[in-house]
Amino acid sequence: MNTGTIFFELALTFYFAATLISIIAFFKSGKTMEKVMLLLVVLGFILHTISIISRYATAGYIPITTPHEATSFFSWCSVLLFLILELRYKIGLLGSFIMPIIFVLMLSSSMLSRSIKALSPVLQSYWLGIHTVLAFLGNAAFAMAFGIGIMYLVQERYLKSKHPSGLFQRLPSLQSLDEINYRLITIGFPLLTLAIISGALWADKAWGGYLRGDPREVWALITWLIYAIVLHARLMAGWRGKRAAILSIIGFLTILIAFAGIKLLRKGLHVFL
Amino acid sequence: MNIFVVGLNHKTAAVDVREKLAFNGQKLEEGLMRIKTLPEVKEAVILSTCNRVEMYTNVKDTVKAYESIKDFISEFHGLDRGSLEKSLYAYENLAAVKHVFRVASSLDSMVVGEPQILGQIKDAFEFALRKKTTGILLNKLMKKAISVAKRIRTETKIAENAVSISFAAVELAKKIFTDLSTKSVMLLGAGEMAELAAKHLVSSGVKEVLVANRTYETGCSLAKEFNGRAVKFENFVHEIANTDIVICSTGASKYVLLKEQMHYVMKERKHKPVFIIDISVPRNIDPEINNIDNVYLYDVDDIQGVVDSNVQGRQKEAEKAEAIITDEIETFQKWQSSLDSVPTIIALRDRADAIRKEELERLLNKLSGLGEKEKKDIEYMANAITNKLIHPPTAALKEDAEDKDILIATIKRLYGLNEKEE
Repeated sequence: MNTGTIFFELALTFYFAATLISIIAFFKSGKTMEKVMLLLVVLGFILHTISIISRYATAGYIPITTPHEATSFFSWCSVLLFLILELRYKIGLLGSFIMPIIFVLMLSSSMLSRSIKALSPVLQSYWLGIHTVLAFLGNAAFAMAFGIGIMYLVQERYLKSKHPSGLFQRLPSLQSLDEINYRLITIGFPLLTLAIISGALWADKAWGGYLRGDPREVWALITWLIYAIVLHARLMAGWRGKRAAILSIIGFLTILIAFAGIKLLRKGLHVFL
Repeated sequence: MNIFVVGLNHKTAAVDVREKLAFNGQKLEEGLMRIKTLPEVKEAVILSTCNRVEMYTNVKDTVKAYESIKDFISEFHGLDRGSLEKSLYAYENLAAVKHVFRVASSLDSMVVGEPQILGQIKDAFEFALRKKTTGILLNKLMKKAISVAKRIRTETKIAENAVSISFAAVELAKKIFTDLSTKSVMLLGAGEMAELAAKHLVSSGVKEVLVANRTYETGCSLAKEFNGRAVKFENFVHEIANTDIVICSTGASKYVLLKEQMHYVMKERKHKPVFIIDISVPRNIDPEINNIDNVYLYDVDDIQGVVDSNVQGRQKEAEKAEAIITDEIETFQKWQSSLDSVPTIIALRDRADAIRKEELERLLNKLSGLGEKEKKDIEYMANAITNKLIHPPTAALKEDAEDKDILIATIKRLYGLNEKEE
């Protein structure tokens, strides 16, 4: 076992512990529980970062091209955003919504092949780092917006039904959730835009042509369009609250479909991902 | 030493009786000093709030103490014994401990879980401390009651949800808006409940109050009360475009705000959320409005429903709290029994006697040729030595000291009395 693997396993263990605590905290509210969970996530994140860096040192390229690396890196981006959100807004329950998903991602990453493959010549470019990091961070922001969107819908249901109970007390106000959702999309959208542009530039360099009709490209543009609508509708028509939440959920589901669909079809230029 | 509680509360006495028996202002000090000087009473704390008057005491004999406390109250407040006895209750020892714990934890309050009572208990205790009317037993009892109340507050959700209409309104507003200090509220019409809700919103930091009343002058004077602004009633629909919370209670017989109007308003305010509370009966606002996105309309029954379910929730939490109290009574009881020095005194004396007898026997067997008188003298001396040696610890054990439990433990350890206790 090399250092990267050891640190990856340690990170997984810490995320697992954090997930357990987050589930307990979901049913039994308590400030200490949330603090312990946050501490575990921070420790896990540090270990995770070390594992990625050491894999980078071994492989000599940003470890983001095999399925194992991609899911691990996506989890890393999500944890990073989650920690920033926690620091900035302190939404206690967010961990209970996010950590189980992150743990499942990390677990699947751990079960995928960890061998370091030689990069195909087309990927040996500095564009690889720029394009993929932008895309992954953007998608992680959309994933968070998805989680926040669900929280919004739950809270909105409580208020509209006139029977606030269950999680009502512990969920943040609608206004907070709406603002965080908006903030995340305003972070994710430029990242996605830059990822698409850098991808196009890279494609032009590698294959001579900005767009190649690759399914991933098509889906990326569809996703981009959806989030463009979310932002435009909010600014122009005041589509906030419930509609914004629903759109951000649809947007992320589109991303998931794109990911899963392309993975299953194994076609196109992004096969390695 | 008996913990003894005498008192009355909102359940046993009407307000006219309670107010007569209240110990407020100067009366509290006077009453506390008087009750402390009753021959039966060793320690005393008086709790006097608008819902209850209670005397927590440490007494020698509860039956005699009850009589003399009743005499004292009826004389002090000028109330005849007959009507007093109807409203009084008394608890002794464990029942008294339980009662004090329940009162401090707000389980005995009119509104279960209300937060004020704990502060009142603290004040009552601190006052008694300052007046030096408490001792080892009540000090421990009151401190324990306060810590039990805090434990219940943190371990259960007994004080979590609002149980009055106006507080429920504030609570709901806080789940729609993040920061009330950037929000404005409009009072549509006037009514006691509406004004109360507005007051609570203002004390929660609402930025601005608008008042729209059919009679503009009434609106103006009400606006003044809230440091707000009066608007013409005809314009109120237009004003909602800039208001975040509307409290409506106009007494109109028809809807004053229709769905179409609200659609227009929402467009005007760019679909920013709005919270509308319709307290009027019959309702003044078309209930259909709740179906518009970002509009949250609650009528009086809706809010009452929230309050009711909160009350139920508190009832459930109260059960958990009772379990905690049972648990804490047990630890208190253990502490209290550790205070009882009699078994230790007996054990100490037994131990000394056993040693004396053993050593005497051995000595007398050795010195065979002794006469009766010499034997008597030796026995006398042995007796005197043991008595003089155990006298100081025995005397210390009989005192009422703050650290008596520690003293008992120390003496047991020093004299090796721990093996068998009876």
